[in-house]
Amino acid sequence: MLVFLLRRLAQSVFVLIAMMIVVFFGVYMVGNPVDILISPDATPREIEETMARFGFDQPVHIQFLSFVGNALQGDLGRSFVHGESAVSLILSYMPATLELALLGLIFSVLIGVPLGVYAGYKADRWQGRAIMTGSIFGFSLPNFWVGMLFILIFAVELRWLPSTGRGDTVEVLGLRLSIFTADGLSHMILPALTLALYKASLVTRLARAGTQEALMQDYVKFARAKGLSETRILVVHVLKNIMIPIITVLGLELGSMIAFAVVTETVFAWPGMGKLLIDSILTLDRPVIVAYLMLTVIIFIVINLIVDVIYTLLDPRVRVKGEAA
Amino acid sequence: MSVTDQPVATAIAVDPGKRWRIARTVAGVAVLGALALLFSGFGVASFAVRVVLLVGLVVLAAGLLQGRMHKFFSSPSAYVATACLLLLVILAIFATEISPQNPYDLRQLDIMDGRQPPGSTNFSGTMTYHLGTDEQGRDIWSGILYGLRVSLSVSIVATLIAMAIGVVVGIYAAWAGGRIEAVLMRIVDFQLSFPSILVALMLMAAFGRGLDKIVIALVIVQWAYYARTVRGTALSETRKEYIDAARGLGLPDWRIVFGHLLPNCIPPLIVISTVQVANTIVLESSLSFLGVGVPITQPSLGLLIANGYDYMLSGQYWMSMYPGVALLAIVASINMVGDRLRDTLNPRLTR
Repeated sequence: MLVFLLRRLAQSVFVLIAMMIVVFFGVYMVGNPVDILISPDATPREIEETMARFGFDQPVHIQFLSFVGNALQGDLGRSFVHGESAVSLILSYMPATLELALLGLIFSVLIGVPLGVYAGYKADRWQGRAIMTGSIFGFSLPNFWVGMLFILIFAVELRWLPSTGRGDTVEVLGLRLSIFTADGLSHMILPALTLALYKASLVTRLARAGTQEALMQDYVKFARAKGLSETRILVVHVLKNIMIPIITVLGLELGSMIAFAVVTETVFAWPGMGKLLIDSILTLDRPVIVAYLMLTVIIFIVINLIVDVIYTLLDPRVRVKGEAA
Repeated sequence: MSVTDQPVATAIAVDPGKRWRIARTVAGVAVLGALALLFSGFGVASFAVRVVLLVGLVVLAAGLLQGRMHKFFSSPSAYVATACLLLLVILAIFATEISPQNPYDLRQLDIMDGRQPPGSTNFSGTMTYHLGTDEQGRDIWSGILYGLRVSLSVSIVATLIAMAIGVVVGIYAAWAGGRIEAVLMRIVDFQLSFPSILVALMLMAAFGRGLDKIVIALVIVQWAYYARTVRGTALSETRKEYIDAARGLGLPDWRIVFGHLLPNCIPPLIVISTVQVANTIVLESSLSFLGVGVPITQPSLGLLIANGYDYMLSGQYWMSMYPGVALLAIVASINMVGDRLRDTLNPRLTR
């Protein structure tokens, strides 16, 4: 186990270094930040001074080395636009994205599981088919368009919910969160639903397949023979058994939720990491882009590592293979 | 038919399976040729090339379903989705002929017609804007037709190139085995562990806007997916007897791979690529919506939606609403057709 873990850790470090190189040189290709930072009527002397201050006058490989050196100390540079450290800037935007992704996950379970179980129960009837066709729409609807539709219906026409922004926030354990205030929660509902829709159709399909399989098992037959009501069988017996794979998949999908939040946050002007990334791309704020990418890479590596370790614990065959190799 | 002339008849008539194979090959070459002509900018205006493209596509689709038509059309949603898809493809291919206005010809635009609601007539009273106009006075309906063409062609071309690269890498990995396979598959795993929208976003941020650039970005985020699938299929196919038989005949490796292995790895790919085209359209439109996709001069549906988004909150919904409906229609119909294709072609589900 230890050997396996060490091997995986070494691989992760390698991936991190590879990503660092790719990210730095990729972002280095993006435009010339000097044009944006310096006013057009600056004198050549001012331009030179600014270039020197940000280190743009150095050759690329020197810039890269100093970037790596600083990155190892947890310093990914200062934002050109905001003037503060890129890492702390992103960390200050992170809670907004995380709470959105979390509420999105909760919504997708609340929508997807009941629909999926019902579709599995009525698999060959019109209800089941209708839900499955509906789930295709869930897959097909582009994230940003759903968000716009929600804004149009619930914010512009019906005026039930606010369309943009984060609403009131409250400090919990040192993080500013919207989820615990009524106003903040009302701001979260639309973006979280938008984010949840794609995952909800995924959960629906998983739950349907699981239910269909579970209904053929002996324990369901036994429960029926005991004379339990169909509702009780579905809600108590089937549901418990299909939840494990669904939760596993959703844990895996948390990372992609954060990625998809880029689009949702832009539509709803939600001040999270994704919105920050888009703004930084549009203003060529290199350090923030690099820091966002490095942070996301780390999040993904950690998620993948955790999943691998859990699989190893659950499935001994992987472990044996890993140790033998 | 009498007994005596039967052998003559069979000798002359090509058997239906073979006829379909010939038709498929001809159609495939025609479609690729037409696509190449259209994208080289050479035959953009040529009506005949586009007719060839449409006919070729229909023949290809019919050839794919040959003998399984009944099964494919066993549910009513299959009819609706297929009809919808066919209609949208025709609209996209013949956008220049169908649309009442060329929305990117500035001479045909009148700034006085800006932001007209659906159903209004233009300033000089010569045409009706059935779906309204955008802030430049462009007819939304014409914009949708042109946008549909951009969205479809970008994603189809990206999917084809990604598939070609994926097939080559996947088959090579499966055939070579050993260290090469391990390295290639680690790269594939590495790439697939990051969500495509993030990777594409970064690539587009680095490249800048442009049709060719978005195609490259979409190819980069997708090839690994095909490589993994093809490798899986190829691995199970190489263990089959017909490969051993080909080896036993002393055929060179390249003939076994291209003549025997490759044709048998393609069918599962068709289903995946159908659904993948839909995903690519969504991805492309999301990127364009975020402002890092297609250039302003050639807007796709996503960019049209983004353009109208600013006016949405002031109640001028039509500018992004109708392109959105078109986007939903194309993606949903492709997905439904793909879903039916999977049920029809997947041998594991045959009951």
